Amino acid sequence: MSTPAPRLDDLISREYQHGFVSEVESDAIAHGLSEDVIRVISSKKNEPPFMLEWRLAAYRHWLTMREPEWANVHHPPIDFQDIIYYSAPKSQKNGPKSLDEVDPELLRVYEKLGVPLKEREMLAGVAVDAVFDSVSVGTTFKEKLGSMGIVFCSFSEAVQEHPELVQKYLGSVVPYTDNFFAALNSAVFSDGSFCYIPPGVRCPMELSTYFRINAKDTGQFERTLIIADEGAYVSYLEGCTAPMRDENQLHAAVVELVAMERAQIKYSTVQNWYPGDKEGKGGIYNFVTKRGDCRGARSRISWTQVETGSAITWKYPSCILRGDESIGEFYSVALTNNYQQADTGTKMIHIGRNTKSTIVSKGISAGRGQNAYRGLVKVLKSADGARNHSQCDSLLLGDRCGAHTFPYIEVKNSTAQVEHEASTSRIGEDQLFYCRQRGLSAEDAVSMIVSGFCKEVFKELPMEFAVEAQKLLGVSLEGSVG
Amino acid sequence: MMAAVALASQTAPDPVAADFTRIASALPGANVAWLAKLRRQALERFVERGLPTTREEAWKYTNISALAKRPYTLGTKSDVTPVVDVAPFTFADLGAHLVVFVDGRFSPALSRIGALQAGCTLASVADVLAREPERLEAAFATRTGHTIFSDLNAAFARDGLYLHLAAGVTLGEPVHALFVTTRDDVVAHPRNVIVAEAGARAFVIEHHVSAGAASYFTNAVTQIDIGTKASIGHCKLQQEGARAFHIAGVHIAQRRSSRFESQSIALGAALSRADIATAFDDEGCEASLAGLYLVGGRQHVDHHTLVDHAKPNGTSRALYKGVLDDGARGVFNGKIIVRPDAQKTDAHLANHNLLLSKSAEIDTKPELTIDADDVKCSHGATVGQLDETALFYLRSRAIDPATARALLTYAFAHDVVERVPLAPLRTALERTLLARLPQAERLRDIA
Repeated sequence: MSTPAPRLDDLISREYQHGFVSEVESDAIAHGLSEDVIRVISSKKNEPPFMLEWRLAAYRHWLTMREPEWANVHHPPIDFQDIIYYSAPKSQKNGPKSLDEVDPELLRVYEKLGVPLKEREMLAGVAVDAVFDSVSVGTTFKEKLGSMGIVFCSFSEAVQEHPELVQKYLGSVVPYTDNFFAALNSAVFSDGSFCYIPPGVRCPMELSTYFRINAKDTGQFERTLIIADEGAYVSYLEGCTAPMRDENQLHAAVVELVAMERAQIKYSTVQNWYPGDKEGKGGIYNFVTKRGDCRGARSRISWTQVETGSAITWKYPSCILRGDESIGEFYSVALTNNYQQADTGTKMIHIGRNTKSTIVSKGISAGRGQNAYRGLVKVLKSADGARNHSQCDSLLLGDRCGAHTFPYIEVKNSTAQVEHEASTSRIGEDQLFYCRQRGLSAEDAVSMIVSGFCKEVFKELPMEFAVEAQKLLGVSLEGSVG
Repeated sequence: MMAAVALASQTAPDPVAADFTRIASALPGANVAWLAKLRRQALERFVERGLPTTREEAWKYTNISALAKRPYTLGTKSDVTPVVDVAPFTFADLGAHLVVFVDGRFSPALSRIGALQAGCTLASVADVLAREPERLEAAFATRTGHTIFSDLNAAFARDGLYLHLAAGVTLGEPVHALFVTTRDDVVAHPRNVIVAEAGARAFVIEHHVSAGAASYFTNAVTQIDIGTKASIGHCKLQQEGARAFHIAGVHIAQRRSSRFESQSIALGAALSRADIATAFDDEGCEASLAGLYLVGGRQHVDHHTLVDHAKPNGTSRALYKGVLDDGARGVFNGKIIVRPDAQKTDAHLANHNLLLSKSAEIDTKPELTIDADDVKCSHGATVGQLDETALFYLRSRAIDPATARALLTYAFAHDVVERVPLAPLRTALERTLLARLPQAERLRDIA
């Protein structure tokens, strides 16, 4: 019998494909964090006083907090004084008005990544607000969206042009007191995306931001704020790749979503940051706070994520179901290979009447990967008729990996109905045998079985993302059997 | 003792350490060196950590600050065993060996131990400590899965059930260990030790009750060691008084191809917590855990279960059901651990909860921690109400709403009760269950 093992090993050990460093002159400030650094960040960004005050309040609160230890992840302690908290590509002083003004080096990076802004603009009809390190470099389709009243811009721009919206919503979903990393982010965040959809407007295209960590030792502290006013609809895509690094890079983003009455927000993520090499060296630490607030009745927030990258992922996209009959959804595929660790899940807080939530989480562990689902479904006394269904499935590939499930269910209302189920299994010999008997190669068979395993989540992704997600899974998984 | 005293004098004088200093010499087995050492170490651990707070994961939903306000170390002051009628707490036709403990102490007068076959030892822990303390060393030294309350227990344990079965012995009759508390402010730390050598079999009922309306604290630990191919059944009935605090740990070590079957039924106490943890120390073990908590008023009931699949080819099943009425609060945490190399593990856990009242609350967390790949593991948890369709069906059969609800609640809870293997015990439990529900009279006719 011929064994496909050597070829499969090649596939498993495939090096990270997006690993390269582009030499762009960075306008970075010194390592470390202090009130002065925050003042510098704020003044460099020419922020109004309320922003500086908010940042300082967050920083002072952060000083009183301790780094959380409860997550099922292990890493050497992070030295928060050894991070550059602000780094902007130079040529930024006057701000680029079109792509022509953007540093050509940057454009080449995007091209290498397969994200040529221009092409994407024309072919895919996607407005890309690309974040390179910490400052937004190119925003497209702004005029078109502007004519509908939609605000889609970088956070810095929003602070300049729509300070009233920023002041009203910033921190209203994730207050700076929320957790250690959210407080840190609130103090030092450099940029991110801002989006406001006015009442009754259906955003005609998928909005998208490409995040990219580039300058060495620069922790990225993105801040995204999306507001869908009454009856509005928006679908937002977030995708990430990062160049190869030896030192761990900290990423502590905050994403806030606000859905007013009857509004709907669909937030999709494909996360493929550098996961570290085969020995678990390097890789991104991804400690993210994502939360959506269904503020109005019959609003709906849906999180879909495909997490394949990062050395450590610590992320719980959550929904606060405040409005009556509001709906929260969470669809996740999390993959860990080699020494990757993921502790991810969601929180569904039912406050309004007849609120509904759905959780579908698919965890895949391979190599020495550790994958944990940690979720909370909380039904408060006021949430009459609340309904939740959670499903967490884990797939184990290899005998050195781990799958963990920690679902918390707290119900204080007797009319609520909550169901949770979880299963763990591996790809059965019989399943593989069946596929191979039908002429499929071992890796095609695994790929097919894994695709089937993740289908419920992939079908929630926008088309082009679904394709990308399948491809991403393929890279690590096709060879992981044997 | 020296260390404990030193520890107490360094910081504010710790009342627990002070109690210990005062009564240690009067505890059973005080002259046994290894035991004195174990007690002292346990006390030091307890004094160092103190009572857990809700900031600790294992106590997140159970606030025991009410417990901290009362003394929780002193044994009974009086050595006179009160007279108590235990007849209401026994089961007719069960034919069990009855071992009674009153306010934490063995009562030979109330116990009825029948003839025992060769190879079977049934005694009180205090007796064993007085005569053959070495029999208990291994069980007392084990700390696997222990909590801070097990340490408190180890420091102050005075008495409990001792059952030892030599290889191949099957104890024909069940053992009924009855713990009766009669007086206010009694603090009892029963410590039970059950050892089954290879191929032995037995069934033990651990039964906690209250005679009267006393407010007291029971902190029980049961250590079960199940030998190769041996089998132990353990039924824990918690029917403490309405003002009682009940904390219990049941820690099981299983050897190759052994079998453990547990039912834990919690009906009483103002606040109760049970940690039931089994560890598969060798291949091919089986464990079946079932539990029922049925509470109302302001009762708080907490169950933590753990099945540690440390070795391959183990099978475990857990089913816990809860019925919560009035302002009661239920907590459930069921953990399955599959260690690396514990291949071919088959584990399943389910927790179902019925909320009967608007102010009842349930906090449940089934957990899986899996580090082996060739395993079949799953869990499920639900929280809900009685099925409207089923209610409608019963009503269409001319059963009034209250009875219909009671009947469906009974059916829900009965799933667990029917797992109790001894018919007389099962019947008694069914009766107890019915009596707790409204429309009991009418129900008895139908059920």
